[in-house]
Order: sequence, then structure tokens, then C-alpha cells
Amino acid sequence: MSLRRYAVRRLALGLVQVLAVVTVVFLLVQALPGDAAVALAGDNPDPRRIEQIRAAMGLDRPPLERFGEWVGGLARGDFGVSLISGRPVVEFLHDGLGPTLVLAVLALVLLIPLSVLLGVLAALREGGPVDRVVTTVTVGLHSIPEFALAVVLIAVFGVQLGWLPPTAVGADLLAQPAVLVLPLVVLVARPLCSISRLVRAGMIDALASDHVRHALRLGIGVTRVRFAHALPSALAPAVQQVARTTDWLLGGVIVVEAVFVIPGLGTILVDAVAGRDLPVVQGLAVVFAVTTVVVNLVADLLVFRLAPRSVAIA
Amino acid sequence: MHSLNRRGFLGLTAGLSLAALAGCGTAEPTTAASTPRTGGRLRAAFAGGGAKEVLDPHLANLFVEAARSKALYDKLADLGPDVSAQPRLAEKWEPDATLTRWRITLRQATFHNGQPVRADDVLASYARILDPARAFRAKSSLALIDLPNSRAVDERTVEFALKRPFVEFPNVLAAFGAYIVPAGTEDFTTPVGSGPFSFTSFEPGRSVLLKRYDGYWEGAPHLDELEFVIANEESARANALLGGQVEYAHDLTPTTARGHAAGDRMAIHRAPNSAVQAFAMKLDRPPFDNRDLREAMFLLADRPQLVESVLAGSGQVGNDLFGKGYQHYADDVPQRTRDLDKAKFLIKRAGAEGLTVKLDTSTAAAGMVEAATVFADQVKGSGLTVEVVTGNKDSYWSDTLKNGSLSSFRSGAMPIETHIAQRLLSGSGTNVTKWARPEFDALYDKAVSTVDDKQRGEVYREMQRSLHAEGGYLMWGFADWIVGTAPNVGGISTAPANTLDWARFDKVWLG
Repeated sequence: MSLRRYAVRRLALGLVQVLAVVTVVFLLVQALPGDAAVALAGDNPDPRRIEQIRAAMGLDRPPLERFGEWVGGLARGDFGVSLISGRPVVEFLHDGLGPTLVLAVLALVLLIPLSVLLGVLAALREGGPVDRVVTTVTVGLHSIPEFALAVVLIAVFGVQLGWLPPTAVGADLLAQPAVLVLPLVVLVARPLCSISRLVRAGMIDALASDHVRHALRLGIGVTRVRFAHALPSALAPAVQQVARTTDWLLGGVIVVEAVFVIPGLGTILVDAVAGRDLPVVQGLAVVFAVTTVVVNLVADLLVFRLAPRSVAIA
Repeated sequence: MHSLNRRGFLGLTAGLSLAALAGCGTAEPTTAASTPRTGGRLRAAFAGGGAKEVLDPHLANLFVEAARSKALYDKLADLGPDVSAQPRLAEKWEPDATLTRWRITLRQATFHNGQPVRADDVLASYARILDPARAFRAKSSLALIDLPNSRAVDERTVEFALKRPFVEFPNVLAAFGAYIVPAGTEDFTTPVGSGPFSFTSFEPGRSVLLKRYDGYWEGAPHLDELEFVIANEESARANALLGGQVEYAHDLTPTTARGHAAGDRMAIHRAPNSAVQAFAMKLDRPPFDNRDLREAMFLLADRPQLVESVLAGSGQVGNDLFGKGYQHYADDVPQRTRDLDKAKFLIKRAGAEGLTVKLDTSTAAAGMVEAATVFADQVKGSGLTVEVVTGNKDSYWSDTLKNGSLSSFRSGAMPIETHIAQRLLSGSGTNVTKWARPEFDALYDKAVSTVDDKQRGEVYREMQRSLHAEGGYLMWGFADWIVGTAPNVGGISTAPANTLDWARFDKVWLG
């Protein structure tokens, strides 16, 4: 099967997956206690008022009918409107996607070169002091959960030393890049370990493989063998991990968004679920599902390019 | 997706921030914030509802929305420090002898677009709130206005017709969300009000920027600009304040306040009697349909311990009555204290020995789960067992209105009359304790048709005495509302949250 046909088939399958995700999300939100009217009424839960809110929101119609209507709208590219504010869901996605994309892209720009560099360095000095230091530091970072690292960094660099802004509250992320430093450190810390470890392992395997040794015997320069022959096949396993990390970042890392006050997709999701704002939750589910499908497809195609034999396209 | 345990996280943040600060001995000296100064931009951090926030003041629901509405708009009346209605856009109100027709004279005020605030704007605003097809929060409060029979007498005089005699009508004018908008307004993307600040820009879930309105009827604010920013986590609000990113952090925890009270990096402002903390017993079902058992519960609560442990001392003990410090509060009722022996006796007499009662609670409001846990501990050894059940926070209030027999309860400030009307009459919409007594309803009707303040106060006291003796609310404490500011911020009031002077930025200045 050609690469193109494979990609088309994967995309078609992805469409089914997105629909399945949206349906499951709909059922799950339905299963949650309370609806948008109850959540909005809050500590003033007068049943008459809740009924009025329900009627005003159109929640008095059968859930299946509302869901069908929403899916129909989706087919036309219409994500519907928020139950609570009446704003189009697309606006929410647009507002949240900006900060999430800024964080994700910058995190990946830092993460990928850094983890490859560390992985390769460690592999080339396998067992040496550099390898040990890199291993110790990355494994150490990996064992600290995001929120703990964030709290420590804020307390030390944001509050006590005052070197960096402790939060991004009210800030324009790109105009005030200083607010991004601490969140990016937190986001990069853990994936840095997993990816650099994979690169290291892949590189060690590759350096010991037949084709690399053969290339060396042919008299090709060591540098060229390392980076043109060994590295690509060493990267293949790491690509899958980068894909998972990308997916995680594009989903809006809720902890980091909450601690640093970055109003991205994760924050919108938390608010929408708490408010039982079903159209917004479903809109986000579509975005997250599409992201996952696309990112994984791209990763597979990339792996195929890097190391054709490692992926079975059949 | 990673989940964040808020409580553990907050504790950790607080602890680490304290640890970080402990090593930091010298900070800049506290600036005297005692003399008002004009100018500057104050940034105020509030928790928000993310992107679901709206600028329509009639839809206001969250604290940040209430604070913003107050900056942009006016109500006819608002609640003073003793939570009684004070004239605002209404200069004065005069009822007729039947208490069913009220003549309101408006102040000479102008909207931000230069148009005067007219009687028609008032009627149109109330008509919008009362629209049967909508569900605005102030609707139930305004429901007793007979709008078709109300009229604009002239540009600055409105005559309201009421469906029944109601001497507390000013409380209605001060209802949450009953703001006056220019007649015909439906689009609030660039809101126009008559409040002390006018609109500059809005990014939902992030910030709202306002600027001074020089034509404000009560005098222009000190600040040039006011920016509301959103930070949902309390730790983030505190950190932003410590880091100099905001000058005002709304709603801090007692733990944060305790940690920073002695330092000079933030000023802590406490507004006493802002939120009542309680347990609600339902009277219409076992086991609390038994009066002895209710009294036993009242006597089992160790209130000072609850205030000390749950509110970290930032509060006062309650006496099972709503509205300590408010107008008409029955402060002559003796304070209840813990009496284990009498409680044991009453439990025995009620035949409830060995009984296990479920106490429903949730994290819907700060301190509720902690209070439930502490109380369950205080009940031990009485013959009764209280089992704490933590429910879903998003549907908590609606769930506990219907289900269970004992639940955590919390309420913000409102006039005692409003508390009674909403929660303690047979037809009340949010009657959690299911207190329904014809003679009590009759007393309420008597109170709201008694013109004389003193006589009316006596009726309210009588009602409170019966609630104290037999009611279902175990109101153990009143929490302070805690706000942190930069040391150079002046003019912060300590009136209870939700009243006029709370989050009132036109009176605030940067020193």
C-alpha cells in the first residue's frame, strides 16, 4: 500500500474516532450529576429558577435531539454556542488555542533539540561521567510532578528572589515573554527525561547495529556515520514519545495553566465541565480528538521516513 | 490529563511561599496609604468562570462579575455596612399609606455616553430582568413589582406598583444583579452604565480594563484605570500580589492571611460577618423532625473550636441565627455553648442513641468539608454518629436542597428579611431546612407591612427567637472575607462581602 493511501485510510479512521470520542463525551457529561442550569443556579437552587434557566437554555428538550442538532451543525462546521454565555464555541476554542499553542510550540522548540542533544551526548559517552550526570539530572526531574516543580520555582524565583514573574496573570504571552520562562521550564522538565532516555537507548543500539558498523568499515567518517546513519534510526522510537508529548501539550496542561494563570484550552475545559456547558465541552473534545489523530499520523509517517523497516504499513 | 488536588496543592503552595518568605528579612518599607491620591492603574485579581464570563450585569453571578458590574453600573439602592438598603441612583423613596405604591426620585446622573439616567431606563431595566422568557438572577426578588401598573411620572421620578404591601421594598432595589442599564440595551460588548468607571476593553477569562468616569454622580474615582484580571487559584492570586503583578487579590484563605499578616509585603483586609457557616437539618423528615435531637446537635457544636480550626481564627462564633451585626439581628438571644451532658440526655430522650446520621458536604464552598469533619469528631461520645459524605461540588446546592437530612451550608451577606423570604417561608424557593410554619409566615407578613422601624424590628426578633429555639440551621460561625493588597493601596473597606463598600474601587487609591 502506498504511503498516501495509508494516510487517507488513517484519516478516515480518525474521523470515526473523533465521532466516537464526541459521543462518549456527550454520554459522560450527561451522566454527571446536575446540568448547566443546576450549575449556574449555584447556591441559589430555587427549583422554579432552575426550570426557567433550563427553558432559557433549551435544556428542556430531549438530550438526543440536542446532540443530533449539535452533530448536524458540526458537519457544517458550526460548533454551536455556549449554554452559559451564549458566545459561539468557536470563540472559546480560538481564545484558548492561542495560549496553548504558544506554550506547546515553544516547549517543543526547546524540548526536541535539547533532548536529542542530551541523548546523543549520553550515548556517545555511554557509562562515562557525562552520561551519568545527564541520567541523574533527567531522571531526577522526571520524578518531580509538574505542580510540585511549579510551586517550588514560583516560591524561589517568582516570590523570594523576584527574578521572574510568578504568574502570567493578565499578561499578553508574546509581548511579555518573561512570564513564559517558568511555565516552559515546568513543561519541558519531565518529557526531557523520557525523550532523551529514548534517544540515548536508540543511539546506543544504532551504534552497535550492523549497518552502522558496515558503514564504518566502508571508511565513512565517524561524524557522518553517527549523524547521518545512526541518528535517524535512533530517533524513530523517540518520535512516538514526542508525539505523545505534543498531544499532551496541545490538550492544555491544566496544572500548569492553573498555577501560572494561563487561560488556555485546559482552563476552558475545567470551567466548561464545572458549568456543564456541554457544547463547549464537546467542541473541546473534537479539538483534542482531532489533535490526537493528526499528531499520531504525522508521527507514524515521520517514523516511516526515518526508519522504513520499523513501521509495517500494510 | 493530569488532575490537580486543589487542597493539597494550596497547602503546599502556602507552606512553600511562607518558607520562601521566612528567609527574606528586609523588604521595602511600607508606604503610608493613608492619604488619598489621584491616578494610577489598580490591577485586581479575582477568581473567574473562565471564558463563560459575561459583561451583562443582569447575568452577573460570580464575585468578579458583581465587582465589575458595580464599577460600570449602579443600582437604585445597595446594602450598607449593616446590610440595610441605602439609596444609590435613587435619591429617595416614598411609599404610600398602603405600602403598595412607591415613588422613587432618581439622582441627577448620566450614563457614560452622556445621556441622563431617566425613569424609562429604570423601568426598561426591570422589564428586561422580569422578562418571562429569561432567567436573570434578580428576577425572583423583583417579582413582586406589578410592572404594567408602574409608570414614569417624569424624567426623574418612577412610581412602582407592588403586588402586595412591602415595607422592605428598598431591599428589592438593592437585589443582586438589579442594575440600571440604558433602555433597550441588549448588546453588552461595549457596556455603557452610570457607574464610576467606563469601559475600555474585555478579554473573556483574562481581563477587563476600565477607566475613570469623571462625570460620576458621587464624584470621580481616585484611580485613572482599573483592571480586573482572572486567577482562579488562590495561590496564584497571592503569588501575583507578592510578585507585584497585581495590587489587589480578592478572596484569600485564612492560612495565607495568617502567614502574611505580620509581613510587610502585603496588607491583609478582613471584612467580618461576610459569610455564615452552618449545618442545615431538615425538619420534614427523620431524624431531625425531632426537636430534642435538633437541640442536641446545637449543644454538641464546639463553636470556638470550629472557628479556630476551620476558619483559622478568621471569624466569629455564630448563635444559630443569620446576620450577625446586620440590621434587625437578635443579639439579645443568649449565646449557645457546648453542653455534652445535656446533648446526651436529649439524644437519649429522642430515642436516637446509636443512630448514624449522614452529613452531606462538598468543596462547593471553602471550609465546608473541614467543618463537617471537625463537627463529626465533636459529636463522638454523644451516642450519635455523624458520617461525612462528600458529594459533587457543581450540583451540591441543588442536591442538598432536596436530598438527605443534614448538610453543610454557607451563605453570603443579605438582609435578614431576604434570608427569611428566600429560605424560611412555606413557599420559599431555597428552603433547605424545610422550616414551614403558618404562624412564622404570618409574622413575616406582619413584619413587611409594619412601617415603624422599631416595631418591625421587634417582629423580626420574635421570628429569630423561634428559629433559635427550634430551627434547623446550626449556624456555628461567621467567616471574615479576606482580601490582600499591596501595602500602598488605601481606601479598602471592611464592610461584608456583597455589600456596597465591598470591592468598591471608586473609593480606593494607590499611595
